[in-house]
Amino acid sequence: MSVLRFVASAAAALLSAGSSTGTELRDLHFGETLYHAYQAHYFEALERLDAEIGQHYAVDEPELDALQHHIDHAEFSVGDFELHYRMHHRAGRAIKAVLEGDVDEPVRNEAAFRLARIHFQKDQPEAALHALDRIRGRIPEKLRDEIEFLRANVYLALDRPADAVDVLRRLQGSQPLAGFAAYNLGIALLRNGDELDAIEQLDRAGRTDAPDDATEAIRDKSNLVLGTLLFESSEFDSAQSSLDRVRLDGPFSNQALLRAGWANVSSQDFERALVPWSLLAARAPTNAAVQEALIALPYAYSQLDVHGRAAVLYGHAVETFGQELGKVDASMRSIRDGEFLTALVREEIRQNTDWVIRLRDLPEAPETLYLIDLMASHDFQTALQNYLDLEDLRKKLVAWQSSLAAFEDLIRVRRDYYEPRLPEIDDQFRRIDARIRLRMQQRESIAMRLENMLIAPRPELLATSDEQHAGLRIEQLEEALASSESPVADGLRARLRRLRGVLRFGLEMRYHERLTRTHEHLRDLTADIEQLDARYDAFVRTRQAASHSYVGYEDSIAGLRTRVGEALERLQTLMARQGHLLETVALEELEVRRDRLEAYQNQARFALADSYDRAAKAQAAQAR
Amino acid sequence: MRSLDEQVQEIKSDVLGIAAELTRLEEKLLYPSNTQVAVFLSLSPEEVLELDSLRIEIDGEPVAHHIYSFKELDALRKGGVQRVYTGNVPSGDHHLSVSVAGKLRSGSDFQSTESFGFRKDVEPRVLGLTLAENAGAASIELGHR
Repeated sequence: MSVLRFVASAAAALLSAGSSTGTELRDLHFGETLYHAYQAHYFEALERLDAEIGQHYAVDEPELDALQHHIDHAEFSVGDFELHYRMHHRAGRAIKAVLEGDVDEPVRNEAAFRLARIHFQKDQPEAALHALDRIRGRIPEKLRDEIEFLRANVYLALDRPADAVDVLRRLQGSQPLAGFAAYNLGIALLRNGDELDAIEQLDRAGRTDAPDDATEAIRDKSNLVLGTLLFESSEFDSAQSSLDRVRLDGPFSNQALLRAGWANVSSQDFERALVPWSLLAARAPTNAAVQEALIALPYAYSQLDVHGRAAVLYGHAVETFGQELGKVDASMRSIRDGEFLTALVREEIRQNTDWVIRLRDLPEAPETLYLIDLMASHDFQTALQNYLDLEDLRKKLVAWQSSLAAFEDLIRVRRDYYEPRLPEIDDQFRRIDARIRLRMQQRESIAMRLENMLIAPRPELLATSDEQHAGLRIEQLEEALASSESPVADGLRARLRRLRGVLRFGLEMRYHERLTRTHEHLRDLTADIEQLDARYDAFVRTRQAASHSYVGYEDSIAGLRTRVGEALERLQTLMARQGHLLETVALEELEVRRDRLEAYQNQARFALADSYDRAAKAQAAQAR
Repeated sequence: MRSLDEQVQEIKSDVLGIAAELTRLEEKLLYPSNTQVAVFLSLSPEEVLELDSLRIEIDGEPVAHHIYSFKELDALRKGGVQRVYTGNVPSGDHHLSVSVAGKLRSGSDFQSTESFGFRKDVEPRVLGLTLAENAGAASIELGHR
C-alpha cells in the first residue's frame, strides 16, 4: 500500500540534488535548469539559468533569495552549460567573472581549472598554463588529480614532454585516471626521446585493469601504439603479442589486426598473418584497414605459393573495390545534391547518443557511408555540431514566429472582449468608489468624536433619537414660555426643568454603557471596512490585470518579431556556409578514399593477373 | 574577420536573448503573477524507483499528464527538478490531486493518488512535489513556496 504524505511548510520545498549537485537543493528553479542540463538540453538550461541569476542579482536582498544557497554552483554551471553548448567565448567570460569575484580560495581554484580546460580545448595551451598557474592554496580534493592531468596535457601541447613526464609520474596511483595517466606517460616519455622507458610504460598501460569502456579503449590504444613502436623497431614477436591484447570488438581492433598481420609478414611468418587478415577482410569494407586487408590477405597466400587462392581473393578484392567505388561515387553525388546535410539533421537518428555510428546503418543514406572516420575528427565534429545547433535554433525561431502571431491573436481577442465592457465597468466603479469614500469619511469622523469623548465626556452625543427629540421639544417649549410671566407659566417651566433633569439623568446614567456599545459597533464597522478594502484591492488588481492582458504589448512583440526575423536571416546564411564547409570537407575526404580505392583496385588487378600467371605456371610445372 | 565558429557562438547568444525576452512576454501574457501557479517534481535523494507516469488535477480538472522517458527519469535521479505544470488559478483555496505510477525498487508496480490543499494569494504560487519510496511504498511530499 502506498502512503502519501502532505507536509505543510511555509518554506520552499526542500529537495536534495543527490550526488550530482552535492548539496541540498533549495531553489526549484535552479533544479529545473539542472533537469534540462542532465538531458543535454543546454539551450533550455542556459535560458533559464541566465534568467534566474539575473533575477537573483536584481532583487533588493539577494541573500534572502533561494538561489543564494547555490549561487557559486549556478555561476559555475553557466560556464559549464555554455561550454557544453559550444559557446566558448561566453563560457570563458562567465568563468573569468567567478575567478575575479569575491569568492573562496577553493572556488577560485576550481574556476581557474575550468578556464584552463576551456583554453586547452580551444587549442590555446599558453593561456591554459597561465590559468593553471593561478591555482594556489586550497584545492578541492575531487579536482586535485584532474588539475595535474590537465597540466601534463598542456605541457605536452607546449612541447615540454619532460615537465609532462614529471607530472604524470606523480599521477600513476590515481584510480580515476588509471589507464589515461599511464598511456599519456608513455607518450610523454616517447616525445622526450626515452624510447625504452616509453615502451616499458606503454606495456604497463596496456595491462591496466579496465573497469569501464573508456579505460578499455585507452588500454587498447596503448597496446596498438606499443605494437606499432615495436614493429617499427623490428621487434615483430613482441609487437605481435602487444597487438594480440587489443580487443577484437574495440574501436582499435581493425588497426590492430592489420598491424598484427604486417608484424607476422615482417617476421616472414605468412601463414600466421593469414589469421588476423582473414578476420579483418570479412569486416565491413568501408573501413580503410579492411580495404588494405583485402589485398594484404591474397598477398600472404601468394607468398605461401597458394596462387590459386590468392587469385580468387584478388578477384574478390577487385570486385569489392569496384562496389565500394560505386558507393563512394554515389555518396559524392548525394552530397552534391544536398542529401548529406538532410541526413545529418534527421531527428530519429539524433535521439541516440551514438547517432554518428548509426548513420552508417541507414539504408537510404549512402552519403554518410564513408564518413564515419571523418566524423570522429574533432574539427569535423565541431563543424557538424555547429550545423546541428544552427538547425535546432532555426526550428526554434520558426516556431517563435508562429508563437508571436498567436500572441497577437490572443491580444486581439482580449481587446475585443474588454474594450466595450471596461468603460461601463469603470463608470460603475467610480460611483461605488465615491460612496465608499463618503462612508470612509463618516467612519473617520465618528472614530474621532469617540476618541475625543474619552477625554471630554459628551453624553448628549450618545442620545437616542427619542431622547434627542424629547430634548428638542423641551427646548421649544422653554422658548415658547420664555416671554410669559404668569404663575401657570412658572409651573410649566418648573415641570420642563424637571423633565430636562430626568432626560439628562438618563443620559448620564447610560453614558458608559452606550460609549462601550458604540465602540463595539465601531470595531464591527472597522472589520467590515477591512473586508471592503480587500475586495476593493482585489477589484483594482483584476481591473489592472484586464488592461495588462492586452495593453502595451505591441512594441515588445514588434521588436521580437524583428529580432527573430533578423536572427533567422543571419542563421540561414550561417547554416549555408557551415553546411557548405561540411560538404566540402566530406567531398575532400571521399576524394582521398576514392583515390585510395582506385590505387588498391589497380594493385589488385595487376596482382590478380600475376597470380593467374603463377598459378598457370605452377599447374604446367606439375603437369610436366 | 570573425571565424564561422565565432559567428555561430554569437548567434547562439542572440537567440538565447530572444528566448529570454519571449519567456518574459509569455509569462506576462499567459501566466500573470496574480493567477500563476507552477508545479514542480523531484525525486528524493538516492531514489531508485522508476516513475512511469504522473497526472495532476487542480480543483478536479486534469491539467497535466506526463509519461517519463529514460533520459527524463535519469535527470530526475541526478537531482534535476521537472516543471510539470504552469497555469492560472484565481486567488483563494484550491485542491491539488497527484497520481503517480511506476515500479518500486523491488520491481513491483505502484500506483498512488493523493490530494493536497493549497492557497493562492497575490504572488505566483510554486508547489514542489517530492516522490520517494519509503518502507516499500511510494510517498509524495508537497512543499510550498
